[in-house]
Amino acid sequence: MNLITPEFGLLFWMVVIFGIVFFLLAKFGFPVITDMVDKRSAKIAQSLREADEIQAQMASWKVEQAQMLETTRKEQSQMLREATETKARIVADAKAQAQAEADKILAEAKLQIAAEKESALRDVRREVALLSVRVAEKVLRHELSDEGNQKVFIDELVDEASKSQMRS
Amino acid sequence: MILTFLISLLLLQGDPSAQVPQDTPVILSESEESIDVTGIIFEHIGDEYEWHITEWKGRPVAIPLPCIVIDDGVHVFTLHHAAENGYTLNGEGKLVNAATGKRPLDLSITKNVLSLMMSTLLLLVVILLTARWYKKHDALKEAPTGLAAAVEPLVMMVHDMARENIGEDYRRYSPYLCMAFLWILLNNFLGIIPFFPGGANLTGNIAITLVLALCTFFTVNLTGTKHYYKEIFAPDVPGFLKPVMPVIELFSALMKPVSLTVRLFANMLAGHIMILCIVCVIFIMAKYGPLMSGGMTLVSVLFGVFLDILECLVSFIQAYVFTMLSSIYIGLARQKEE
Repeated sequence: MNLITPEFGLLFWMVVIFGIVFFLLAKFGFPVITDMVDKRSAKIAQSLREADEIQAQMASWKVEQAQMLETTRKEQSQMLREATETKARIVADAKAQAQAEADKILAEAKLQIAAEKESALRDVRREVALLSVRVAEKVLRHELSDEGNQKVFIDELVDEASKSQMRS
Repeated sequence: MILTFLISLLLLQGDPSAQVPQDTPVILSESEESIDVTGIIFEHIGDEYEWHITEWKGRPVAIPLPCIVIDDGVHVFTLHHAAENGYTLNGEGKLVNAATGKRPLDLSITKNVLSLMMSTLLLLVVILLTARWYKKHDALKEAPTGLAAAVEPLVMMVHDMARENIGEDYRRYSPYLCMAFLWILLNNFLGIIPFFPGGANLTGNIAITLVLALCTFFTVNLTGTKHYYKEIFAPDVPGFLKPVMPVIELFSALMKPVSLTVRLFANMLAGHIMILCIVCVIFIMAKYGPLMSGGMTLVSVLFGVFLDILECLVSFIQAYVFTMLSSIYIGLARQKEE
């Protein structure tokens, strides 16, 4: 039978029909499909890669965030400590200054008081001296009101003066 | 699987009526005439000048097809009017000039040619519709639906195969491989369907597989790299092999299309013949009494279903193998110097 002898008519039609349809499909059929699907595959691959990158970045951000939190906390505690120290120092300084000021004021006050006291004493002394002079004057006036006494007193004075002259 | 089963059922229902030639009454179990199994089988796997579909009330139902012969001029007629035009059928069922007995240049639209036209047109429409889907939709945002969803995996399977086997310029060859794969697959499946739109044994015809294999052959050998030709004609071998190797390489290059041709042709033909034989068993057994024929019918139907499922598998495998080997041959011819 003619099973293994190719029939020319069929060969001819196969070449013509297959050729025409292949030409049409190679131009308008398969490349449209494959290009689109390739584009889609590329996009999917790219999206996956981007997602991976973003995830990695997120992870790094998380680490960074944790680090930042940690440093912030450290700084906070340090600042708190420093603030406490500063406060203590300021308070101590203020205290010392106040003390010094108070001491100074006290010393000045003491000086002034001493001066006042001195001047007051001087006034009192002067007053006392004046009073004694006045008393003495009055006493003397009273004593020397008669002649006899005047002579006695003069004698005494002369004695005293001569005695003090002799002693000197 | 369900589809396969339905196809098998249809085949088994369709075949008994379809395959009985008009002059072999097989239904009569008492008849002395034996069944012409060879005739039945060859009618089915061969080509005809009209598409015989079935018998209806003793008359054949067939699609008349135009016979086109170029002899001393172009003659166009149907088979019924062959004698009026001076042509007759020879022993092999081919048109010959009635006067000289010689074969004219026969470009008739036979059963196979009509099937070829229909299936190729179907493929064209399907692929262009799919391509239209991709043009109209943004494939970057939408998943393919309908026809595109069905065709895309097949096309991309071949496209990926081309990428793996051919290398960097696979895009040039991918359309041919897609075309070959889908065309063979479609026609393999159409060949399994036993009634009108299918039933033609196209991929089991050596002319068809020869054209396909020659397409691969020319694609391989017309676009080969310098390295590929150097490997054939001046391979880097020891001196005493120098005259032998080109002969072997050339022979190997020429045998590749032959193997492609015969592999697809023989596989599909063998599948068809096996199924037809199994179906014929039912009619051969008809005259051996109801018990025998009933039992053998059951066996035949079961075996027929099995063979049909097997054929579906073979259809895919053969289409895949043809495409795979084509892509490998192209890949070998595209090798660059290392």
